[in-house]
Amino acid sequence: MTQRAPAWQRYGDSLALLAGLVVLWWLLSRWAGEEALTGPAETLARARELLQSRRFHGHATESLTALGYALLLAALGGLGLGTWLGVRRLAGQVAEPILVALYALPKITLYPVILLIFGLGLPAKVAFGAIHGVIPVTIFTLNAVRTIRPVYLKVARSLRLTPWQAFRTVWLPAALPEIVSGQRVGFALTLLGVLIGEMFASQRGVGFVLINAIGLNDVPTIMAAAFLLAVFAATVSAILLKIDRALHRRTARA
Amino acid sequence: MAGPGTRAGAAHAVLRGVTRIFPPADRGQAPVHALGPVDLDLARGEFFGVVGPSGCGKSTLLEILAGLSAPTEGSVTFEDTEVRGSPPDGVGVVFQEDASFPWLSVWDNVAFGLRRAGIDSAETARRVDHALGFMGLTGFARAYPAQLSGGMRQRVCIARTLVLQPRLILLDEPFGALDQQTRLLMGDELLRLWRDTGATVLLITHALDEAAMLSDRIGVMSARPGRFIDMVATGWPRDRDSTIVSDAAFGEITARLWSSLRAESLKALGAVP
Repeated sequence: MTQRAPAWQRYGDSLALLAGLVVLWWLLSRWAGEEALTGPAETLARARELLQSRRFHGHATESLTALGYALLLAALGGLGLGTWLGVRRLAGQVAEPILVALYALPKITLYPVILLIFGLGLPAKVAFGAIHGVIPVTIFTLNAVRTIRPVYLKVARSLRLTPWQAFRTVWLPAALPEIVSGQRVGFALTLLGVLIGEMFASQRGVGFVLINAIGLNDVPTIMAAAFLLAVFAATVSAILLKIDRALHRRTARA
Repeated sequence: MAGPGTRAGAAHAVLRGVTRIFPPADRGQAPVHALGPVDLDLARGEFFGVVGPSGCGKSTLLEILAGLSAPTEGSVTFEDTEVRGSPPDGVGVVFQEDASFPWLSVWDNVAFGLRRAGIDSAETARRVDHALGFMGLTGFARAYPAQLSGGMRQRVCIARTLVLQPRLILLDEPFGALDQQTRLLMGDELLRLWRDTGATVLLITHALDEAAMLSDRIGVMSARPGRFIDMVATGWPRDRDSTIVSDAAFGEITARLWSSLRAESLKALGAVP
C-alpha cells in the first residue's frame, strides 16, 4: 500500500490551491473591471443576499427537486441496466458501443424532442438530467460487473450459494468501488443536464436565475449563482470521491 | 478395469474416463483436448498429490472433481453420488489465485460460507475462532486482506474452506505465490489439519519436493492432454512433518518424480525430448 501523506499536508495543499484561485479571481476582476467580472468579496455578499431571499429559495427548491428525481432515475436505472448488461455478456457486448456513441452525442440536440414529449416544467428537466446521468452510470456499472475477478465467482459456486446470495454477497460488493465511481460521474452530469434544462425553456430553478441574470447583464447575480452552484457541486463530489477512494483503497492489493 | 490411478479399498471419490475437450476459441481452430481420459480412485482420508508440466490440465481436473465444470466424457463420483457440473456438499476448494474477499475483514471472510449456509451465530463464532487460531490468524481477525501478506491471505482462504468441515479438500497450487520457507511451514500446517480433520486431500502443485513431502501417493501427469503416467506411493507415516525432507527416501521420491516428468516438461515447452 502506498503511504498516504499526513493530514496537515493534504489539507494544507488543498487550502493553498483554494487561496491561489481566490487571488487569481481577484486579480482578474481587477484587470477586467467590476462590471465585467465581480470580485470575490462582492460575489460573496450577493450570494448571501440570494440565500436569504425567499424568491431564490423557491428556485433552489425547484432545482433540488428536479435533481433529486433525475438522480434517482439515473442512479437506479443505470445500476439496473448496467448490472443486467454486465451479467449477460452478449447483450453487454452489443450494447456497449451503442452506449458509448450515445455518451458522445451532445444531448442538447435531444432537448426539443424531450420538451415535445414532457412539455415545459419539472418532468422535462428531470428527463433531461436523467439522460445525461444514466449513460455513464450504466457504462461504469457494466464494466464493474464484467471485470469481477472470475475466482470470486468460482468461490461463490463452490460454496453452493443460491443465485440471490451470490449476487448480494459476492457480485455486488466486488463491483461496488467501480459502481460508486460511476455514480460520481453520473452525479456531475445529471446536475449539468438539469441546469441546462432550466436555462432553456424554463421559468424556474437556479439555471433560470442564471440565464435571467445573463439577459439583464446582472453580473453580480451571475457570479453569485455560479459560485453557489460550484460550492454545491464540489461538496457533493468531494463526499462521493471520499467514499470512492475509501472503497478502492480497501480493495487494493499489496 | 484397473488403470494406473485406481486402487482397491473404500473409494471416497472416483473418476472414470474423465476427459475434457474445450471447443475452439475461433472458427478454423481445432478443439483443445485438455485432459484425459483419467481414471482415479481417492481413498477416504488419503493425501493425494498431483504434479505435471504446466498447462497439462491439472486445474481442469480439479474443477471437474469440484463440480465447477462438467467433463466432456466420463464420470465423477463423490461419496457414491455422481457429480455433474454442480458442486457437491462436503467438497471444499482452495484456489491458486488469492480469493479472499477484500471487502470483508479476515473474520468475516472466514465466516462467509457458514453464514450463507445458515449456521447459527454461536456455532459460526466457535468455528471461525478455532480456524483462525489454527491458521495463526487470531491477531488479524479485524484486519482486511489488503493489509495482509500473500501467504496470510491464502491462509484466510484455507480457513474459509476449513470451517465448513469439508470431507474432501481440493487445493490448486495454494502455495504457488509463496517463498520456499513459508511453503514448508504451510505444508506442515496442511499436514496437521489433514491429520486432525481426517479429510481426504487432493493437492495440485508444481513443486516436486512439496508433493514428495506431503503426499501419501503422487500422480504424475503427462503433457497435454493430461493423463496419469506414474503413481508414486511415498509410504510416509501419518504423523509426518517437513523434517522428512532430510530422509533418504525423500530424495529418491523426488528423483523418481523428476525422471517421470522430465520428458513431459520438455514436451510442454515445445521441445523434442
